[in-house]
Amino acid sequence: MFHFLNSRQGVTLIRLDRTCFTDLVDTASAPPLAAPLDIAFDYTRSLGPVLGRFMTGLRDRRVLGARTADGRVHVPPLEYDPVTHTPVTELVPVSPTGTVTSWTWTDRPLAGQPLDRPFGWALIRLDGADTALLHAVDAGTRESMRTGMRVRVRWAAKRSGDIRDIACFEPDPGPPRAPDDTTSGDPGSAPGTSSASGAGSDPATSGDPVTGIVTPIRLSYTHTTSAEESRYLHALSEGRLLGQRCPACHKVYVPPRVCPADGVPTEEEVPVRDHGTVTTFCVVNVPFPGQRLEPPYVVAQVLLDGADIPIPHLIIGQAGDVRMGMRVAAVWRDRATWTTTPENIAHFRPTGEPDAPYESYQEHL
Amino acid sequence: MRRAAVLGTGQTQHQTRRTDVSMAGLCREAIDRALADAGVDWPQIDAVVLGKAPDLFEGVMMPELFLADALGAAGRPLLRVHTAGSVGGATGVVATSLVRAGVHQRVLAVAFEKQSESNAMWALSIQPPFTAPIGAGAGGYFAPHVRAYIRRSNAPEHVGAMVAVKDRRNGALNPYAHLRQPEITLESVRASPMLWDPIRYDETCPSSDGACAIVIGDQAAAEASERPVAWIRATAMRTEPTYFAGKDHVNPRAGAEAAQALWQAAGITDPLAEVDVAEIYVPFSWFEPMWLENLGFTEAGHGWKLTESGETRIGGRLPVNPSGGVLCSNPIGASGMLRFAEAAKQVMGRAGEHQVAGAKTALGHAYGGGSQFFSMWVVGETPGR
Ligand SMILES: [Zn+2]
Repeated sequence: MFHFLNSRQGVTLIRLDRTCFTDLVDTASAPPLAAPLDIAFDYTRSLGPVLGRFMTGLRDRRVLGARTADGRVHVPPLEYDPVTHTPVTELVPVSPTGTVTSWTWTDRPLAGQPLDRPFGWALIRLDGADTALLHAVDAGTRESMRTGMRVRVRWAAKRSGDIRDIACFEPDPGPPRAPDDTTSGDPGSAPGTSSASGAGSDPATSGDPVTGIVTPIRLSYTHTTSAEESRYLHALSEGRLLGQRCPACHKVYVPPRVCPADGVPTEEEVPVRDHGTVTTFCVVNVPFPGQRLEPPYVVAQVLLDGADIPIPHLIIGQAGDVRMGMRVAAVWRDRATWTTTPENIAHFRPTGEPDAPYESYQEHL
Repeated sequence: MRRAAVLGTGQTQHQTRRTDVSMAGLCREAIDRALADAGVDWPQIDAVVLGKAPDLFEGVMMPELFLADALGAAGRPLLRVHTAGSVGGATGVVATSLVRAGVHQRVLAVAFEKQSESNAMWALSIQPPFTAPIGAGAGGYFAPHVRAYIRRSNAPEHVGAMVAVKDRRNGALNPYAHLRQPEITLESVRASPMLWDPIRYDETCPSSDGACAIVIGDQAAAEASERPVAWIRATAMRTEPTYFAGKDHVNPRAGAEAAQALWQAAGITDPLAEVDVAEIYVPFSWFEPMWLENLGFTEAGHGWKLTESGETRIGGRLPVNPSGGVLCSNPIGASGMLRFAEAAKQVMGRAGEHQVAGAKTALGHAYGGGSQFFSMWVVGETPGR
């Protein structure tokens, strides 16, 4: 395997010998490149009247279920009756104790799961409910888990109106408890998760209704380039711009790719110049999350000499002077910093040549 | 082919943040209004089709799973449609196809977006490795093509602002619209900040929470309706790659071919003469003249003249977006269905203050992706041929 550290982006490039769809990739001429792509956003959720009351209840150490027209009590609550389709309006308290109806075990908990030690994932029917809730059971060992076992809620010490206000469930050999029993599990068995007991002693029980939650989402991908794109990126790391001609329509693609019009890979290599024509452009004045450049900046479609499709890139020069048809040339960064990225070209600069006639690029806007 | 008709439509109050409802509650606000408008109840619904733009917009993978109860899908088929911004229109077309194929008698189509739960600008600007950091959301994508249109057609600069003034004033007539700006003027639009030159702030769609629902029925259901229905005279969808050498971003081939197929199926030979009102997907003001050309209402290069002459206002030769359109309300996944629903409301005579007098034939249109997906329908007061 081949490892390469891109110092500018901190990206690790890994040579892959296989992809999902091919047995062998031509790694001699162009090792496919791979790099992590991590994206994250703290999404918000407005809860509406039913889930809002449920989450408010959790914050106050009460579990509420939704009663539907057939008399069943659903925990977690449904917002709409699945039989009559009418909105659910009646929420009723259920017990903090219940019965495991089915379960599985995880030996290696993942980041973000309710417990950081081995635990059981269980479907738990709380006393007073007709449906089961999925949650974690802090049972210690797999051998301690069984269908039919009795469990009770262990409340989190800090609660905000979120399903994680239930830290987890724990074995509870005692009798069913009343819905208004808001005591937590044994604090001794859950360091740092609970210290209070008894309703009313907790200031959180008198807060405003909970109307929303935050749901952070983190996605981690490995982004792998195609063989065609890899050849292009390797050429970029040598200061060359590489195009390829489609065998069907004979158009020159930069970067090379499977021709979107004909569905066949581009084949014949065609060198293209690092000079070209601005076909059209946008002046970006608007800031947004995740933006890497400070507005304003000009993003232009640049039709490189010899290519049949423009590439988007930055134009440096007075924003007001950028024109359709303007002739531009690549400004390469210091050769010592070149890697397999279009960022080897810092930007394009006007060359001062006469503008290209509109007819010369009108098919490539 | 079997006939199908819109029996009723419903939509939410569109606004920046609907923090009073969950995603389920948002959908149900539209659904309950559509069922009431159609005069049908749940037992008469045979299937549900849901449309929504990319899942990254709310960060919920496959929202149709957790929404099934709220959408009334328990015990019924539930389909999800994905075609980016055009999805609301595509959802209406899929629901229509289920009825016209004779599979179902009444189908509920619903589409939504709760933009406040995320940030679409962020979601549309994810930068994969090995690329330059130049993405700038939908505006950054479409602005160069607007510039190309202006250059190609020699349209005067104020046409974009004229569209914004017309649509925002129309929105003031629509009680569901997000932006209602009866006082907006050409001068105020032209004075608003340039976001993605040549697109100004006031020429850009808002970010909205909202939903739309449509009940579509077969001929028997339509004839049983006590209220006027909108007969679906034709539907069309076409797709093309986002990028290819020679792609015409100003006048995309997929849009033009969809329109041609649509007019032919509807028996319309002169769209400008035969269509009374059009609800066209215009997220940035310049797309009105661009799509007027792409749809064949005018020759290429002449769309702006129809706009500039005032003929696309209510009372003009072809009122475009009397509801205020996407420029006034943009719950992305629902925006296409809102165009389809507003077209239906016009021929059912239920458009209220933004009703176009005597509207008998209407177009609903949507596009999505990088001008990649197109969906459209023609609805009429009568079934046509
Ligand atoms: Zn080709």
